[in-house]
Amino acid sequence: MADLTADEVVQGLGHSRKRVEDMRFLQGRGNYIDDIKLPGMLSLDIVRSPYAHARIKSIKTEKATAIPGVLAVITGETLKKYNVHNMPTLMSDTQMVLPIDTVEYQFQEVAGVLATDRFVAADGVAAVEVEYEPLPVVVDPKKALLPGAPKVREDKPDNHIWHWEWGDKQNTDRAFEKADTTVSEDIYIPRIHVSSIETCGCVAQWDPIEKHLTLYMTTQAPHAIRTVVALVTAHLGLSEERIRVISPDIGGGFGGKVPVYPGYVIAVAASIVTGLPVKWIETRTENLAADSFARDYHIHAELAADKDNKMTALRINTIADHGYTDAAANPSKWPAGLFNICTGSYDFKNGFVAVDGVYTNKPPGGIAYRCSFRVTEAVFTVERMTDILAHTLGVDPAEFRLSNFVKPEQFPYKSALGWEYDSGNYAAALRKAMNMIEYDELRKEQARKREKGELMGIGISSFTEIVGAGPSKDFDILGIKMFDSCEIRIHPTGKAIARFGTKSQGQGHETTYAQIIAEELGIPADAIKVEEGDTDTAPYGLGTYASRSTPTAGAAAAIASRKIRAKARKIAAHLLEAAEDDLEWERGKFYVKGSPGRFKTIQEIAFAAYTNHPQGMEAGLEAVDYYDPPNLTYPFGSYICVVDIDRGTGQVKVRRFVAVDDCGTRINPMIVEGQIHGGLTMGFAPALLEEITYDESGNIMNPNFMDYLLPTAVETPRWETGETVTPSPHHPIGAKGVGESATVGAPAAIANAVVDAMWYLGVRNIDIPLTPPKVWAILKEHGMALEE
Amino acid sequence: MIPPPFEYAAPKTIPEAIALLDQDSSAKILAGGQSLIPLMKFRLASPAFLVDINRIDGLEYIHEEGDWLRIGALTRESTLDQSALVHTRYPLLADTTHLIADPTVRNLATLGGNLSHADPANDHPAAMLAYGAQVAVVGPRGSRTIPVDRFFTGPFESVLAHDEILTEIRIPVPKPFSTGAYVKMERRVGDFATAAVAVQLRLDGSGQCLTAGIGLTNVGLTPIKAHAAEQILVGRRLDDSLIREAARLAGEAADPQDDQRGSGDYKRFLVRTLTVRALRSALGRMNGGM
Amino acid sequence: MANHHISLTVNGLKVEADVEPRLLLVYFLRENLNLTGTHIGCDTTSCGACTVHLNGKAVKSCTVLAVQADGGRVKTVEGLVQDGKLHPIQEGFHMEHGLQCGFCTPGMMMAAVSLLEQNPDPTEDQIRWGISGNLCRCTGYVNIVKSIRYAAEKMRAQSSIPQAPVGAVEVKNG
Repeated sequence: MADLTADEVVQGLGHSRKRVEDMRFLQGRGNYIDDIKLPGMLSLDIVRSPYAHARIKSIKTEKATAIPGVLAVITGETLKKYNVHNMPTLMSDTQMVLPIDTVEYQFQEVAGVLATDRFVAADGVAAVEVEYEPLPVVVDPKKALLPGAPKVREDKPDNHIWHWEWGDKQNTDRAFEKADTTVSEDIYIPRIHVSSIETCGCVAQWDPIEKHLTLYMTTQAPHAIRTVVALVTAHLGLSEERIRVISPDIGGGFGGKVPVYPGYVIAVAASIVTGLPVKWIETRTENLAADSFARDYHIHAELAADKDNKMTALRINTIADHGYTDAAANPSKWPAGLFNICTGSYDFKNGFVAVDGVYTNKPPGGIAYRCSFRVTEAVFTVERMTDILAHTLGVDPAEFRLSNFVKPEQFPYKSALGWEYDSGNYAAALRKAMNMIEYDELRKEQARKREKGELMGIGISSFTEIVGAGPSKDFDILGIKMFDSCEIRIHPTGKAIARFGTKSQGQGHETTYAQIIAEELGIPADAIKVEEGDTDTAPYGLGTYASRSTPTAGAAAAIASRKIRAKARKIAAHLLEAAEDDLEWERGKFYVKGSPGRFKTIQEIAFAAYTNHPQGMEAGLEAVDYYDPPNLTYPFGSYICVVDIDRGTGQVKVRRFVAVDDCGTRINPMIVEGQIHGGLTMGFAPALLEEITYDESGNIMNPNFMDYLLPTAVETPRWETGETVTPSPHHPIGAKGVGESATVGAPAAIANAVVDAMWYLGVRNIDIPLTPPKVWAILKEHGMALEE
Repeated sequence: MIPPPFEYAAPKTIPEAIALLDQDSSAKILAGGQSLIPLMKFRLASPAFLVDINRIDGLEYIHEEGDWLRIGALTRESTLDQSALVHTRYPLLADTTHLIADPTVRNLATLGGNLSHADPANDHPAAMLAYGAQVAVVGPRGSRTIPVDRFFTGPFESVLAHDEILTEIRIPVPKPFSTGAYVKMERRVGDFATAAVAVQLRLDGSGQCLTAGIGLTNVGLTPIKAHAAEQILVGRRLDDSLIREAARLAGEAADPQDDQRGSGDYKRFLVRTLTVRALRSALGRMNGGM
Repeated sequence: MANHHISLTVNGLKVEADVEPRLLLVYFLRENLNLTGTHIGCDTTSCGACTVHLNGKAVKSCTVLAVQADGGRVKTVEGLVQDGKLHPIQEGFHMEHGLQCGFCTPGMMMAAVSLLEQNPDPTEDQIRWGISGNLCRCTGYVNIVKSIRYAAEKMRAQSSIPQAPVGAVEVKNG
């Protein structure tokens, strides 16, 4: 009989197990939202505002409803009758589902057209006539804060949403006064868009007989959606036990499929009114223009250092452009996310950070695009400033970092802004990256090239991430604590099913969660079925975003497995007629101490749980765990980027990029590496290509893939990856999250490289994206543009 | 994403196609469809009638005949891209077709469509200007031949009448010591040019320039023939300082707008850089042995 | 607007239908034929998620009218499996972790198959160029390149083994 405990059969931790998900995707049998077809299903399409700020004078629907197949046009007035024209946001602000009298951003939803198919619905949208009276537009958040600025929100006193600050202002100010060197810089991190290849959508199916709503939805957090829908529709008679949210296969989330978008609510309302399923799928233009934003932080940052070139203090003031309502998907106590991780990998003794949220006539958002709740913004700031300081002091940026890192012996490390970093070895990661890229040789090459007027730059980013939200004392989403869950049931034949409160959008949970359980119980991963996404069957969880799944649900899987193992031990003792304490566990079996020939496998124990369990013990072999993490986890890494700047075009070419990542225990190295590749690409793109831009009238300039530039395989660098492994001391299997690290860390490495190339010319900072025209303007200013 | 409704026909002959175009003033020709269908999906173009000419035989070919390379208007970009004849004898054309859109779009996009759409951002027009090419056109009043430098009259405007069909493109067969190149600056693969420069040169045995054609992409309301830059090269050896002078003149011929791809100043600068690179690339090919 | 009758083969099966001229091929495949493996990811012919083969060439089916496919043969991702076995491209993507969310994957594989049919032994540069009409947000392309390399090697090895011809199944769809 085959050895069921062998590594290649069990495929536990550290195994590059091939993915279970692949078979359906490779054969075109994925079940994405637009693949869902239900009998009688109607199509919803949306009329949208051409103005960024306007009063609605009239909505004429006769031409639309005259089209055969158009069943109804739904407006704000329609929804107001049921009091669902507005909805709360995750930050307890108010968002319109459909407006009553004012639109607040270009492409805002104005009316829904319900039709028999999507072709007729599109014709209906084209036939709805809306008359607008344009109002003054606010696009610049700094101007929005000036006295006399036009108000974005009539229900608010002005455009200032909130002020948030963190840290010891007094001591920080003192440190700056005493400092030997200070640097300051204005850094703008522009608005970008997640642009997962699948857009957002839903199918709402109201059963009027059972009074039951099934909501198929592109959502990264199905249970939270169910509870929110229940609360928002309670007055209409819906009840949480009769709401089922099903998150099917999702074509990429990246945070863009966390918020509740108006299209979902209109679809639900339309289904309730008609008693028929209603499908809404947004186009790419709608997706880029109306949802899934990230960043838009206007940052003023300062660093202080003493005469030994030790960084002593960090002070940051930020204006956060939130669009017309604060709908950022933050945990509720954190309006600026985890921006206060901005002390980064360095041992700052003092820090102070302040953020002011501002309304503008743009779509709402801010938390998305693999940012771990504003960690991208924080890391970009501290890594750019560290580089500026190093260059100002004339110290090599790698040496400067090495002498300022938190040291391994300082862990667990309490940062000046209050985070307790669980584990880290920053110097090891940076040194490994330096070796991989042959850093010293590159600096010599750079010096040689500089003499010939060739612009080559080397940029470093040594980031610390903060993921795994989060401990219940600090983290909740609309009051729901951010634990996560795993429920495992072992069948009589020793196979298992495991369900989770998270929801993969490509991260490979069906493959990796099974590996955790396989490692804990010795059941081959291939014998463990993993499910997520159906709120009727999955235990309650807060979903997958901000790299939280492994730290929370992954931990729950380990703990639930250990609960099962504890019961299995009792059953084994019964079967082996030995005392529980006399048994040893070796992955997959319990054996009698000193008599390894006397053992019972987990499969035998499972069978016995149903056929021969001890008297007085409940039958079955299952457990559920709701894991409340004691802390966040702190993955980290060092990235080094080499760029060459084409003086004839301003184009930045990434010649090499080495990424050393540390996410603690690596459950599936193949999948970890894939996450890094993807994350690096989503760090590279904002550094060089991506930016959502508006003109002064609030018109969005690039809501399509012609002008919002995602990189193809040609532009994308050939990533070189390496790792160090520093387990998390508090996580049951020592693992940290990893999905977003590379997006968080990469932009600064590229920006630092470009500035490094031109520092000797007097260049201090350039805002991303570092497009050819922008770089050219700087080359020209410094007499370095070369027409050849 | 959803075009408005329209009528459709797929005639088998050119006279049938012309007759259909004559019936409806908003009728449009469907060739590759890679420019037209996207416009229709956004409802920026709403022709009531689409005349699909892809079923008309005899419009896809590439062959040299006498003094001309003759290319059927329906010849797909990918066919040009894979043609040994084009690669060995028409490097400017090979460079250009290779950089249009992306490989999949090139399977359907046609040379005739790229020219008749008359988008100043399209790539072939500049190359055809540099070649001194001609197009053959058929209409209800018969056929005519139009030199490419008289074809484009404005953005998305050409001398083609509503009921005329472009059937063939003719490029002069290269004389000995001819060479060319197309250099395109784009923000990303698949984009239109921020700026691009096409050059086609004929030298004599001693390296002196006999004729020069220089075309500019997407730096004006139409593709631009850089006359002064061409003229300065004729009768002279192309050394470094002459190349730079030609580049300077090409930059002056450009008339670019500020837009999302860059400012007018930046694009003019690019034209100078790319002209230098195109000329050097063309000359480099020559020295590599043509 | 008059419907047009079209007759074509899709993955080897004969199909007949009456369609509006404005019906895009991608919608015909997804809605009329329930072949939902081909996806829609954009509205500017940029992303390639909709890539299928039409008459042997890779095309973006969101920018082709169904009526244009009349009399033609279409192959989609659902047609890659032959005799119950994965196509080398599918095997390559699985073995080299060339997909994560899977949404771009069908189009990416169809573009890759087209590339390999024209160039059975491409360099990395040629692979990246060959898939430059397909956008992926998840993988960063590194493993996609490896997947295509894997498939290329397998296809080259297979082509040196003589194979029995496969007969096309012709079934009329009502």
